[in-house]
Parts: sequence; structure tokens; C-alpha cells
Amino acid sequence: MNKEFIEIRWHGRGGQGAITAAKIVAGAAFVSGYPGVVMAPSFGTERRGAPVMTSLKISKRKIYDLSPIETPDIIVVLDHLLLAEADVTHGLKPGGIIVLNTPKDFESYNFKDYRFATADVTAISVEAGLPHGMVNTGIIGSLERAINLVGMDILIKGIEEEFRTRKPEKNSLAAKIAFERTVAGG
Amino acid sequence: MHIIENGNVAAALGVKLCHVNVIAAYPITPQTPLTEKLSEYVESGEMKAEYIPVESEHSALAVCIAASSAGARSFTATSANGLLYMHEQVQWAAGARLPIVMCVVNRAVGAPWNVWNDQQDSISQRDTGWIQIYCSDHQQIIDSVIKAYWLAEKVSIPIMVCYDGYILSHTYMPFDVPNQEQVDAFLPPFKPDYALNTEEPANLNTVTLPDVRMNVRGELAHGYMEIRYLLHEEMRTALVVALECEKQFAEIFGRGSNPYIEPYLCDDAEHIAVGLGSLTYQMRVSVDALRKEGIKVGVIGVRFYRPFPDAAIANALKGKKGVIVFEKALSYGYEGALASDLKSALYEHLAGTGDLPMVQNFILGIGGRDIRTEDLTQTLRAATKDRISQEPVWIGLKL
Amino acid sequence: MGTRNYRRKTSHSEHGPGDGGRTGSWRVERPVLDKSLCIPCKRNTEACFICWLFCPDVVISRTIPPKIDLEYCKGCGICAEECPTKAITMVDEAQFSDEDKDKE
Repeated sequence: MNKEFIEIRWHGRGGQGAITAAKIVAGAAFVSGYPGVVMAPSFGTERRGAPVMTSLKISKRKIYDLSPIETPDIIVVLDHLLLAEADVTHGLKPGGIIVLNTPKDFESYNFKDYRFATADVTAISVEAGLPHGMVNTGIIGSLERAINLVGMDILIKGIEEEFRTRKPEKNSLAAKIAFERTVAGG
Repeated sequence: MHIIENGNVAAALGVKLCHVNVIAAYPITPQTPLTEKLSEYVESGEMKAEYIPVESEHSALAVCIAASSAGARSFTATSANGLLYMHEQVQWAAGARLPIVMCVVNRAVGAPWNVWNDQQDSISQRDTGWIQIYCSDHQQIIDSVIKAYWLAEKVSIPIMVCYDGYILSHTYMPFDVPNQEQVDAFLPPFKPDYALNTEEPANLNTVTLPDVRMNVRGELAHGYMEIRYLLHEEMRTALVVALECEKQFAEIFGRGSNPYIEPYLCDDAEHIAVGLGSLTYQMRVSVDALRKEGIKVGVIGVRFYRPFPDAAIANALKGKKGVIVFEKALSYGYEGALASDLKSALYEHLAGTGDLPMVQNFILGIGGRDIRTEDLTQTLRAATKDRISQEPVWIGLKL
Repeated sequence: MGTRNYRRKTSHSEHGPGDGGRTGSWRVERPVLDKSLCIPCKRNTEACFICWLFCPDVVISRTIPPKIDLEYCKGCGICAEECPTKAITMVDEAQFSDEDKDKE
């Protein structure tokens, strides 16, 4: 993965918080020496439960191109059921990484040309004390485990800042546990 | 202070920093988060303003007209059909010479219904007498709102600050938020020549005759034609005043140079791409790619669309082989409005000189149709080789 | 429905499931019908059908009993809101297991 310019596409459902997760990662990247960050949610009519996409571009230089990501380096999937509904790997570069929230084992997946990282972020988040379904902070830990981009310290700080009035420690704990338990390979 | 936020928040922060007194707005995608943010600021007390929720965009601007007439710094924002709904008031505000600032979050107009980005909404208001500024990123959005109040109140002409719906309004990127002291040093309080008051009652914009007339003071008062002439004339003068605005802004905030156009790699370019808004930044990527192939191309982002900076544009394009105008709007039945205006400026300044470039017009991104950088690059490459067509060419069409 | 020429030049859409994909997966709550409260069921006559009338996505059939097409029902809850006898209740989708959902 070219660490000068990284394109991450997030797949979630409306109301799941994919945008917030991407925003936290964007902020962490910005303070880590990436002056170019652009985060764009799927544009259009929205409703809870509907599949949504968020794109995050991270660059060592200012980003002028705001057009949609065509060949992402990394895909983050907040809900494994989306694999059946949306073509989540569309355009993923060969050797690209899929980060997946799934209750199934790492071994049960076979993404041929790609690397992948799995964790049961749903269960982890509940273990950390969050309501069922709040996976957007846990998934940040999985992502960092898979790509080792900015370091967990900065991400924890970003999570606790974003969620300062909404259980900051539980949210950062979810990320920490997910970071430990994410299995990566492929 | 740098923050990472979306374009709507950038605009809202600009409005807050300008100590706007009255906000009247009606929600419409993709402007809604802007007005919601402002209502949060007012509710929390961070902003001391009257937030007036109205039942339509027509009323939103009507309220701003009344408030501005009473000496209040006023703001509204809208998009697409909301802008069209207030069109009558848009014309009114300009003729009434009120320094209202309105953000237009560019969106396609119905029919058919479409919530995504193109620029038909603001382009369709080109002839109304409002100053129009187009932004290419969030820094320009917040800066342009602040500059707009300075300029509008100096020349008494309302200003539309336009930025691309979704592409800028909902996209997050880093930008610097000026501090309040800096803004206060730049933008003085609003002091109109006349504001409605009970000591000097007046009738504003009542029936104004075709001819001049004697008023109650025994002075010759302007007829309609003079009033309208002054709007036009002072819009043209605003081009010069804008230079002073930019200069003072740069002194305090440390950024800004050319208020009219934003050129990139144009000095030695043989062909220049021209556009409005975020598209012109995307075009820089195509320009960089083509430069690597040895093709000498540059791009100009037009910032002031009205008043049209004809001299600056003609000067920047003088002697170039070709100009390629990309637009997300058009004047139906003819061609892109920017292309027409540009050709007219080139003709005025360069006809008969031998420095007149060929102009091509491309229409793209209508109704939010994705604009792939690869398609832009291909089109630009082909256009530098040959004039593709005299008629506007639509890119990305799937008939 | 207009001539082909009209449908080509204008943006013209007709009702029916499927335009948005398999929207049943969007549900967070699903409508469950209690036939003992449902008027056409109790009387065995074509009566009421307010759920059918109000469903914005036309996924409720005008039959006895009304059948809700869970492939497309988005769980908006309007049928439950409008039903005059409160025969329809909205139930958390999570209560229906993943296996149930895979079977659908």
C-alpha cells in the first residue's frame, strides 16, 4: 500500500456511524502528517438501514480531486450482511485489504486476490459496554490493526474527543479490544 | 485554527464570525445542515442573532429584505428549487440595493426532481443584479462569506456565495477558521446610509416612474431607469472595490490574491480549461497528467461570475491557442452561459488582434452525474488536439 | 402510461417493488399482523384495507389476510400507524434471527 496516498471505502448502513468513523480516522491522519484528507459520504437520499458508502482519501499533499474513489486500497465493511447486498469489493486494488465486522471466523472467508482482516466487532462493542449495533468505534481498531497507519494512541484520542459526551471510554475500549482481536491475513 | 469539517459548517462558521443579526431560511437538501448548524449556534447563545424559521424560501428572502432594510446584517441560504421559489425576491433584493449575503449550495433544478450537484440554480440567476462568487474548497467558502459581507455593504449589492452541493457541502476536509479578532478587524459593523426608522419614515421601492420626478424636497428624484442603471454601474465598479477587499483580507488573514480568477499553470499553457467551483480543482489533476505527456495546458477557476471580470479573463486567455470551458449548467437552447460570456469578453477585448483563442464548450455533471477524472483528462487531451465541435459537447451522457 | 415517446423524454416511473433493490434489508423494525384484530380477516369480507391504501411502497396486498412482502417492506411503520384497530405492530427486526433472514 502506497503510504503517500491511501483511498479507503467504508460500507455501512444509514445510522450506523460510518461517517463518524471515517471522520475520526481522517482527523487522526491529519495530525499525523497527512495534510490532505477528504471524506465524502454517499450523496443522496438517506434512511436508517439502507446501505451507504463513505469514501476517505488520505494524502501527503492537498487533495484537489473530490471525485468518487474508483480503485480503493482498503474496504471497511461495518456489517457482514452487506457482502450479499452491495458489491463491496468493486474496484479494490489487487492485494487490497478488506476489513470486515463479522461473527464468522477468519477461516470461513476466501477473498482470492485480497488480504483481509476480521473481527466480531458487534460482540466486542457489547463487551466494551456499548449498545448492540454500535460498531463504528470498534471498527477503527480493526482498521488500524490491518493497516498500521497512525498508531492507536492518536485514534484513541480522536475517538474520545469525538465521543466526549457519549461514553468516550467505552468507545475507545471497543477500538482497543478490536485492535487486539482482529485477525489479519490472506 | 485548522479543523476538519464539511462545507456547510465552513459556511455556518463564516456567518457566525460575521455577527449576522438575522437569519431566515427554509431547509432544502443539500443546504439543510448549514441552516441547522446556524440554528444550533443561535440556540446555544454562541451567536446572538434572530433565527426566523419561515415556511418557504420566498418568505426567507422577504424576511431578509425587511431585516436588511431595517439595518440588520442578514443571511439566508438555499439550493435549486428553493432559489427558484425566491426568484421574485432575488430580483427585488438587488433592485432594492440591500447587502444581503446568501449561500447557494448548488443543486440541479426540477423537473425532473434531483438532489445532486450541478450549477443550473445559480447560473439561472445570472442576470438578476446579484454579485456571484464561486468557491472551490472549504477555505474559499468560509473566506468568501466573510469577504462577501465586506463587499456587499461597501457597494450595497447582495451577494450569492455559491458552492457545489454534496461535493463541497457534505464532504469533509481541513480548513483554517479565522479567529474572531481577525474578522472584527476586517469587517466593520453594518452602517447603511438609510435604515427604516420612525424618525425618518419612508416608502421604499414604491412605484417608480419611467421618468424622473420632483420629490417632496424639491429635488429631482431618479426614475426607474436611473435606479437600475446605478445597480449595473455599481456592479461594474464592484470589480475594483473587490480588489481592495482582497488586499485588506490578505493583510489580516495572510491569504488571497486574485479575487476574479484562480489560474493554475497558465503562464506557458497553450490551452486553458475554464470552469466554476470544485470542478476546477479536479481539473488540476488532469492538467498535471497532461503536462507529464508534454501537453501545455492550464486551468482557470472563475471566482467572480457576476460582475463578469471580462478584462481579467481576456487578459489571461490572450494569445492562447484554445480555451476549453467545462460547465455544469447551460442556457437551454444555446450553450453554456459561462462559455457565452467568455466568448463575448474575448471578442470585446481581442477581436481583430490575432490573439483570439478558439473556444470549446463541454457540458458535464448535470444532475450529479459522476465526473471521472479520467474522462476529464481524455476530453482535455482531445480538445487540445482538435476542435471537437462548434456546439456544446455533453460528456458522460448515456443515451 | 403514455406513449413510448413521452416516457423517453420525461422522467416517468411507475409503482412496483424493486426499483431500489431488495429494500427489505433496510428494515430495523418489521410489521406483524394480528389477524384476530384485522377487520377483513375477522369478517371475511373485502373491507378496510387501509394498510394497503397507505403503504407508500405498495408491498401490502389487498387480500384476506393482507400479506406484506418482506422482500421489499422497509419497515416505515405507516401501516401500523394507520390501522384503525391497531392490528399491526412494529417488532424489532433483530428479534428475527440471521438464519430466518437468510432463509427469506
